[in-house]
Amino acid sequence: MIELRGVTKSFGPNHVLRGVDLTIPKGSSMVIIGGSGTGKSVLLKCILGLVTPDSGTITLEGADVTKADRDAFLARFGMLFQGGALFDSMRVWENVAFRLQRGAQKRPKAEAREIALEKLRRVGLGPQVADLYPAELSGGMQKRVSLARAIAAGPEIIFFDEPTTGLDPIMSGVINDLIREIVVEMGATAMTITHDMSSVRAIADNVAMIHGGKVRWTGPVSEMDATPDPYVQQFIHGRAEGPIESLR
Amino acid sequence: MILLSPVAAIGRMTLGFLAMLGEIAIFAGQVISHVFRPPFYPREFLHALMQIGWFSLPVVGLTALFTGGALALQIYAGGARFSAEAVVPAIVAIGMARELGPVLGGLMVAARVASSIAAEIGTMKVTEQIDALVTLSTHPLKYLAVPRVVAATLAVPVLVAVGDSIGIMGGWAVGVHRLGFNSAAYIKNTVDFLESWDITSGLLKGAAFGFLVALMGCYHGMNSGRGAQGVGKATKSAVVSASVLIFAANYLLTELFFS
Repeated sequence: MIELRGVTKSFGPNHVLRGVDLTIPKGSSMVIIGGSGTGKSVLLKCILGLVTPDSGTITLEGADVTKADRDAFLARFGMLFQGGALFDSMRVWENVAFRLQRGAQKRPKAEAREIALEKLRRVGLGPQVADLYPAELSGGMQKRVSLARAIAAGPEIIFFDEPTTGLDPIMSGVINDLIREIVVEMGATAMTITHDMSSVRAIADNVAMIHGGKVRWTGPVSEMDATPDPYVQQFIHGRAEGPIESLR
Repeated sequence: MILLSPVAAIGRMTLGFLAMLGEIAIFAGQVISHVFRPPFYPREFLHALMQIGWFSLPVVGLTALFTGGALALQIYAGGARFSAEAVVPAIVAIGMARELGPVLGGLMVAARVASSIAAEIGTMKVTEQIDALVTLSTHPLKYLAVPRVVAATLAVPVLVAVGDSIGIMGGWAVGVHRLGFNSAAYIKNTVDFLESWDITSGLLKGAAFGFLVALMGCYHGMNSGRGAQGVGKATKSAVVSASVLIFAANYLLTELFFS
């Protein structure tokens, strides 16, 4: 279980997080929604230690993440970045097997490649792409490779940062289905950031909406449509009119 | 107040510059401390060695060849004013080994390598590849900076040695074929006047310049701003700061070695 209590983070005068309280139960899929610039990615980076919160606590299974052994802590995570973040100097299979070729989880090259091919197959990519470079792949294929890399070392917790941004609706559906299947299959805890409401409905067990640097609403995805919260209603229906200010 | 604003601007620039120097010193300390601590990345080190050392050979060699030739012409013309044309072989050799080999070699590597390191790491930063490294339990400084800095520190002295040899050969070619020196006498003069410390000091300078070039590339790349403009600025800053530091370090090392 991941617990955040009173997490704040400012960048100069910009107070991005103003006291976030959130609980992500073990083995569940939490989707974070909210407008652009509301601090969703910052929140995720705070949990991973890529950004240090100004105050508040973040615990994983009751242990403070800032005091945990970094390598052991990060070994439990996998992450799919918004732009894929594939290493363009490496071949596809080397990207997927990155963690399996270095550090505590290092294996022989042949075994690492075999696992990479298996993970690529899991995300619907054949062995013919294994020796290509990321720049030779389409956006959808890059997202799949990034997903394969995120799951390659069998993480307990997987983060997805806007997994369907920039993809066509069909590819978005494919990625959403893959994420759901993999999370269920692995029994992993998942946390996803997205603006895409079809992704929310496909991936989420629970949903949290961030607005004004705090969690505005959280609950099961089945209750999201029925909530009377005007902020949630405006966001999920994409209305220009409502309490969330928009620039026009 | 209007009169004070330029003073305030100078003050801000000075403080900013001093802050950057402090950051660079801390960054250098971190890089050096990670050189001796595992994990080590031999594959990345060998890749960096090829990129920095092997692929810089043509540009460093050509620079040295033409510099040696031009130096021979200049010394001959200058020496002719007081009938000292015979010093050409000795001055070319000493000039190349002590000063021009390391400085020009360092500058060519700065232009070629600092820019490419800064652009590569800067692009990795803006495309979240550095964040991805962290999530894959890999220390970015250890994985990206240490292999490049160690490779440059080891490769540039070798480049300087090759550059010195080619530069002296350039001087010999011009001396023999253009200025009418006897080939055997030119070589004997060169060997007689060149001392081992002339060569060693140049190689030590090369190691220092290699360290500074890679350090600046890595520092500016890792502190790159967002987008194409941020990466462009980081690349420019890496080349400019590496070049200025080479000249500054050259003066300090010359004071240290020859005062």
